Amino acid sequence: MSAPALLRMERLACLRGGRLLFEGLDLVLGAGEAALVTGPNGVGKSSLIRIAAGLLRASAGTVARGGAGALADEGLALDAKLPLGRALAFWARLDGADAAAAMDAMGLARLAAVPVRMLSTGQRKRAALARVIASGTPLWLLDEPANGLDTDGEQRLAAAMASHLAGGGAILAASHQPLGLESAKRVAL
Amino acid sequence: MTALLLRELRLAATGGSALLPLLFFLLVATLFPFAVGPDAPLLARTGGGALWMAALLAALLPVDRLVEPDRASGVLDQLAVRGMPEELVALAKLIGHWLSFGPPLMLAALPAAALLKLPADLLLRLELGLLAGTPGLAALTLTVAALTAGLRTTGALAGFLMLPLAVPLLIFGAGMTEQGGSMGAAKLLAAVSLLLVAIAPFAAGAAIKAARD
Repeated sequence: MSAPALLRMERLACLRGGRLLFEGLDLVLGAGEAALVTGPNGVGKSSLIRIAAGLLRASAGTVARGGAGALADEGLALDAKLPLGRALAFWARLDGADAAAAMDAMGLARLAAVPVRMLSTGQRKRAALARVIASGTPLWLLDEPANGLDTDGEQRLAAAMASHLAGGGAILAASHQPLGLESAKRVAL
Repeated sequence: MTALLLRELRLAATGGSALLPLLFFLLVATLFPFAVGPDAPLLARTGGGALWMAALLAALLPVDRLVEPDRASGVLDQLAVRGMPEELVALAKLIGHWLSFGPPLMLAALPAAALLKLPADLLLRLELGLLAGTPGLAALTLTVAALTAGLRTTGALAGFLMLPLAVPLLIFGAGMTEQGGSMGAAKLLAAVSLLLVAIAPFAAGAAIKAARD
């Protein structure tokens, strides 16, 4: 493959609170590739995502990203008092993007005027995913993206991921659900 | 950076964190004459120091709203993922916090000075002192807020961390309000304040980074 990898992790180890979560992990994601991280609770899936995002330092090994990444984890990071549309627009402005299309993609368009604090768990998850979609970054880092989503939400997520991969993006997702990423590399921790 | 600063100002305006220190400051100015009695010369002599104490304690109030909500909700993580240096985030927070803390406090000092019967020249020195000293207070608040973010009970710990560090501000700030006080105290106050402002973005940025592990 000639194009540089969007995410390259080599001989990665993660030590948290004196416990070795994983070691010797190698993963390379190029354009159009996805990886699904699976494993029981507490095995280090979220830590792996945070290491890939540059938020945690790996205890050993190297991480290189080919471009910017977008992260969706359990942190909503939207101002609770703002209407959803404006709260997402704050991040879209930082990303130099427009949130409207992404809100449409996640079925949030009619919630634009609703304050973030009024949203349900599933709607919050959709909002976090809409921020990732809006970011326009090639690498998506998704920690349990389907948690709290209904069937419609899961289908929208699968469609968004498929079009992202088709557009030359890469996805690293940690989840118990298959997420519709049938072609993804499997990383079992 | 501009977007971050505007967000800080909006949060301060809507979250009530700008109003609380202000009301606290005025409350102390109202209560102080009840405590020491309505003796005008005594009030004028001690009022400046009392207002500086009030400013110091008022600066402690926003400590749990400045960094912790953004850490808990993941805003700091999202900014870091976008390659925004923590120091820059801290600087935006520092400027935003001072704008919602310093000027309102200087305004509140006007009615407070009237309540304590401070003479005009003393009020002028108090205002100049607050202008020079509140950036330092805001810097301390931000640093302590970043250091205590993620801890369960911040209140008492924040006080123990911040108040000793604020002693120079208190000494030189109150020193400026002494009758016949020289401008030497003003220069030292400005120097201490400048030092705190210069350190704060780096200290708070490092604390935000350290809180992730």
